[in-house]
Amino acid sequence: MLISRAAALVAMLCAPPVLAQTMADAVTEFELDNGMQVIVVEDHRAPVVQHMVWYRAGSADEPAGSSGIAHFLEHLMFKGTDTLESGELSSTVAANGGRDNAFTSYDYTAYFQRVAADRLGLMMQMEADRMRNLRMTEDEILSERNVILEERNQRVDNNPRGLFNEQLNAAQYLNHRYGVPIIGWRHEMETLDREAAIEFYDRHYAPNNAVLVVSGDVTPDEVLALAREHYGPIPANPDITERVRPQEPPQNAERRVIYRDARVAQPYVARSYLAPERNSGDQDKAAALFLLSDVLGSGPTAYLKQVLEYDQKVATYVGAFYSGVSLDQTSFDLVIVPAEGVSLEDAEAALDAAIASFIETGVDPEQLDRIKMQLRASQIYALDNVDGIANLYGRALTSGLTVEDIEAWPELLQTVTGEDIVEAARSVLVPETSVTGWLMQDKEVTQ
Amino acid sequence: MIRFLVLSLGLILATPVVAAVEIEEVETQGGLTAWLVEDHTLPFAVIDIRFRGGTSLDDPDARGAVHLMTGLLEEGAGDRDSQAFARELESLAASLSFDASDDAVSISARFLTENRDQVMALLRDVLHAPRYDQDALDRVRGQVLSSLRSDATDPDAIAGETLGAMIYGDHPYGSGGEGTIDSVSALTRDDMLAAHDAVFARDRLYVGAVGDITAEDLGVILDDLLGDLPDTGAPIPDPVDPVFQGGEIVVPFDTPQSVALFAQPGIDRDDPDFFAAYVMNHMLGGGGFESRLMDEVRKKRGLTYGIYSYLVPKDLASVYFGSVASANDRIAETVSVVRDEWAQAATDGFTEDEVAAAKTYLTGAYPLRFDGNARIASIMVGMQMDDLPIDYIATRNDQVNAVTVEDVNRVARELLDPEQLQFVVVGQPQGLGEASN
Repeated sequence: MLISRAAALVAMLCAPPVLAQTMADAVTEFELDNGMQVIVVEDHRAPVVQHMVWYRAGSADEPAGSSGIAHFLEHLMFKGTDTLESGELSSTVAANGGRDNAFTSYDYTAYFQRVAADRLGLMMQMEADRMRNLRMTEDEILSERNVILEERNQRVDNNPRGLFNEQLNAAQYLNHRYGVPIIGWRHEMETLDREAAIEFYDRHYAPNNAVLVVSGDVTPDEVLALAREHYGPIPANPDITERVRPQEPPQNAERRVIYRDARVAQPYVARSYLAPERNSGDQDKAAALFLLSDVLGSGPTAYLKQVLEYDQKVATYVGAFYSGVSLDQTSFDLVIVPAEGVSLEDAEAALDAAIASFIETGVDPEQLDRIKMQLRASQIYALDNVDGIANLYGRALTSGLTVEDIEAWPELLQTVTGEDIVEAARSVLVPETSVTGWLMQDKEVTQ
Repeated sequence: MIRFLVLSLGLILATPVVAAVEIEEVETQGGLTAWLVEDHTLPFAVIDIRFRGGTSLDDPDARGAVHLMTGLLEEGAGDRDSQAFARELESLAASLSFDASDDAVSISARFLTENRDQVMALLRDVLHAPRYDQDALDRVRGQVLSSLRSDATDPDAIAGETLGAMIYGDHPYGSGGEGTIDSVSALTRDDMLAAHDAVFARDRLYVGAVGDITAEDLGVILDDLLGDLPDTGAPIPDPVDPVFQGGEIVVPFDTPQSVALFAQPGIDRDDPDFFAAYVMNHMLGGGGFESRLMDEVRKKRGLTYGIYSYLVPKDLASVYFGSVASANDRIAETVSVVRDEWAQAATDGFTEDEVAAAKTYLTGAYPLRFDGNARIASIMVGMQMDDLPIDYIATRNDQVNAVTVEDVNRVARELLDPEQLQFVVVGQPQGLGEASN
């Protein structure tokens, strides 16, 4: 502790608060002998650090029948270890003036603390401890299972849009685990037990299946020394293998989902298409899709907004979404909320007609220039938030991408042409791989 | 961005990092005041402007006018219609965001230094040459109505609206600033112009700026942007004394999980006991995983995903709120546990250790807030609206540390009032109070 504090002080006094000029300049990557990948994002403006460990394990890595176990384990990771009482990790972080939490997605589970930079060693000590030595009692399991069921109530069952999204996803994926909700199906959550949690933990939680991402007022040398001390002694798990999940068969039938709920006040149409994700060394098509979603739906001058909100006035809201950061095939999503007096059927027809006319007309070159200008500026704005950069690296590195892929991405976006974007629309926005959902008010409104 | 100083590097585990934000007060030639943190590390700046009053300035016959007016600020200005305005903003890679709350209308501008003049020219037209075109008004009105319709079947929104009406009555705080379906449907362009005049005035104006801008440049910009605004706007309504009946009100709604809000009298931001109350609330329900409510309701009993309490000192009333959600067959137990904890904290108070842990957390976590230019600008404007001194950031942790366990327990005794603690529960709770109509 004393040594790292002194080092931090010297670093702080000597290093002027110079900031990197690009994201890549701020980032250093290395690997421990046990296979743990380490990313450091430097920002010396404030003596604060964010410490994150990302596991390459999410809900899509769960065994069939145990949906929700990745997320349940995330909750149980806050219980005790051989040397920490239940809840002691969080209370220690708080007692050091820090905040901690965790999150689970399809492709990753991540744990983080934000704290004064000189507490980094303590954070690593505790995080390394729970990577190996998790302990939990039967009572804690039962009580925490009720907590995740209430979390499901809050996020999904109490919200018709949450229930609708679950059904849409399930229809989009015929074979892949992305069709199963991260939080789990209720009937399976109710059966999750200690054995299932331990099995998932033993299978996936190991240094050679994790990425350490530290951002803030630290130097790569400090992080490397501390990481060697705390994570270095944990042996690699030789049974960690490449993640191979059941993949989608050819999708050749458009699907429709109609969900009715008395709690729906604002009906809308959701449309999704199966879409390729960003792959390592192969991100061109994803880059075109990323710009397609901007051209169609981002900001008031986007094509669909102009046509459907401003000109035809058939929509109160229209949006297009694509992220591309995903281990396996992802989706390109559209949504249209009809204007008052416009039926879902008419809104859907107007949306389809607008997409068809977009493919016909092509991209407005001035709009594309404006989007590219905004993307360049966003690289500068991003430097104001190194924790955001840390999140971006953590997400990408647990979704099949490399540091090189992440660093190539901004430049790749600048090279995409209007023709590339139209071609992406033509090949991806096809009925055969699509799901169209109508969220509707139940005929009988009981209140 | 700010720089911090580590004042002490002792071996005590919890040595607090102290925030040393160098805020400069800028007086413009035209007599406006702004707070500035100048930092040229990155080639952009953020300017936050807040006008006190907010949706509480609505004419009672035009509820929702200030909210809709604020939503229309990005829909064109001067000779640019909404599309032309948006195209220009996009090509400058800047963002202008507008927001209306109960107490303020906020404008936040973020722009690259190279585009500063053009962005300020746009914003100048927003304030001085608004359009409120009928087609934009109708389009944005449609968005507001859609959101109001959704709120009507959203248990959280129903709970908030019910509780607000109960405790604030006819005061503007007693109804949603977005207005109602009826009131918003009736708003006209004249209402927008009236709301504009009600809100934007020099006598209620607060400015914070952070980033790549000098005091001199900021002064010139602000005089040009804000100097010609009228001296005064609509009168700010009188404060309100919220009324709490205690007990539980149930709003029946067919959904599996009951949503509960609870409230009792709060404490003003300038009350000498505010910090003691703040530390107390952190231990009771404000501290996330570490609070007593989270421990009893979530960790020990698994009754909820999250439970929180908040001191909400607003300009015209101060209330102590809390929120929780549990399945319909478990919410009654949740309410009962909250009531027990409330009473126990009032009677038995907190231990020396709890208070020490809370103070360590609150003082240690404070510097973590200042993480980015926009965040700092917003904090600085909030400080000015709360009438805090410009050196507040450097002294705030001392004020937290000065709170003693005796202060906390006295305030817990005086403030926490299980009799007045009012619950509104939306859902189909089993075993809870009588239904409201």
